[in-house]
Amino acid sequence: MPRLMNLVRGLLPILAEDLRCMDFNLSLGSFTTEQNFHPLDEAAVYDVMILGGGPAGLTAAVYCMRKGVSTAMALKHAGGQVAETSGIENYMGYRHINGMELVEKFREQVLQFGLAYEEGPEVGSVEYGKIKKVTMNDGRTFSARALIVCTGKSWRKLNVPGENEFIGRGVAYCSTCDAPFFAGRDVIVVGGGNSGLEAAIDLAKIASRVTVVQFLEKLTGDRVLIDRLMGFGNVGVLYSHEVAKISGDDEVRSVSLKDRTTGALKEVNASGIFVEIGLVPNSGPVKGVVELNQAGEIIVDCACTTSRPGIFAAGDVTTVPFKQIIIAAGEGAKAALSACEYLLKE
Amino acid sequence: MPLLDDKVKGQLSGILKNMKDTVTLVYGTQEIECNTCRDTRMFIEEIAALSDRIGVEVYDFVKDKEKMASLKIDKIPAIALLDKTGADTGIRFYGLPGGYEINSFLQSLLETSGQKEPLPDALAKRVAAVNKDVHIQVFVSLTCPYCPAAVSTAHRLALESTNIRADMVESTTFIHLAQKYRVQGVPRIVINESHVLEGAHPMPAFLDIIEKL
Repeated sequence: MPRLMNLVRGLLPILAEDLRCMDFNLSLGSFTTEQNFHPLDEAAVYDVMILGGGPAGLTAAVYCMRKGVSTAMALKHAGGQVAETSGIENYMGYRHINGMELVEKFREQVLQFGLAYEEGPEVGSVEYGKIKKVTMNDGRTFSARALIVCTGKSWRKLNVPGENEFIGRGVAYCSTCDAPFFAGRDVIVVGGGNSGLEAAIDLAKIASRVTVVQFLEKLTGDRVLIDRLMGFGNVGVLYSHEVAKISGDDEVRSVSLKDRTTGALKEVNASGIFVEIGLVPNSGPVKGVVELNQAGEIIVDCACTTSRPGIFAAGDVTTVPFKQIIIAAGEGAKAALSACEYLLKE
Repeated sequence: MPLLDDKVKGQLSGILKNMKDTVTLVYGTQEIECNTCRDTRMFIEEIAALSDRIGVEVYDFVKDKEKMASLKIDKIPAIALLDKTGADTGIRFYGLPGGYEINSFLQSLLETSGQKEPLPDALAKRVAAVNKDVHIQVFVSLTCPYCPAAVSTAHRLALESTNIRADMVESTTFIHLAQKYRVQGVPRIVINESHVLEGAHPMPAFLDIIEKL
């Protein structure tokens, strides 16, 4: 019962805040009528097929359509990581724009063209040849002369015992989604980069105690976030530590942490553990087809070509330095132009 | 002070133009409205004012007990969607569908109005074969970008089958339910009290569970 009261107390201010300034994260493009929607055709051989619909993929689509090549596009979520970003202040032309809004602008610009476009399906595998074959997880196979891989990145997991078992029961990856459930509780945030610091700041406002577990000897996030976090009295940081194990019964009760210098283990009581340790490239479908670096990123040159002629890649899934919206968009444009040039020479 | 500003209103009007038939929003509240009840009513009224295809009926949870019971509404604020014939779709929103959930709210409105992509044949057959009572509760928070997809999938199932009803439950409005169902991460999907899905799942994952019930 005391815990429930804590939770109620913790939640009320948030609720009140929500209601004062009701934000609507409206996703306009999802409601366009079907006239712009053309399902992909298994019988067709497209000039270009674009895999992924973040800023790189969507920009590539605009460039391909303007060049007049037949284009198919398969994407899981329009916008990719941008759709999950609340405010963007470094994409030129917008001093401040909500992630969802920017995605809708991208999407509208793509859908003015009658390209084959499907949202939802996930890429299973890619087969190389003069004609490249892309098999989706739903079993359908599509063909194209050139491919542009813009599959982006996903959240990295800890890969420790207890992690999968406790997802949704204390193990969390989205602090904006799940922070409210940890009001008045002790939580751990893993990761000392910007996303870890932002999660810790969100949680420090409502949790009883926040422990940031950082792999390195110092925090790597921006100074402004570190200062903001240190302004809270209920936050502690453990440097040079990593998570060894997550334990509990029907929910998380404690986390076992290992000191990376001494190897010593200690058990810290916590009801929640937020994992914010960066991203992994979604290069699985092209593994063994094109060359990847050690981190699993697709190796590209400055024209976005991969180790296979006719397969191009752009954005966060590649070795391009700095993962930024504006960079991904630029890379998408470049990959599309390279693909069109390839088609001319082929 | 209105909930929706002019910019959002303009965007919503554009979206609502795509509605085909009329939809009735049944709103369950009480005489002395709680804060969220009042805001939810404003939300519904402001949206309904943007389209001549949206009707609103307001009921009192206590005085109109029978009506509420007939729609299986057991808590407020509640929104139920009825189709053009006045038939219950089984679609419910408990709590104000603001934040990211405005997307699932609009999607359900459009789909109930008949503006929807047909389900692929294989899925349509599986949904048509559901022959027992199924109750899906999708717990959400309004700051969760993954939640509307889970809500829309559940609502689409409700729309397609008279045996399925599906609720969006806003966790911070119904803290006792979030506690009861041990919600610590959203979306959390509870099917017939006995089965749970964590995270947003595609329709086949819902059907895999429903077929096992």
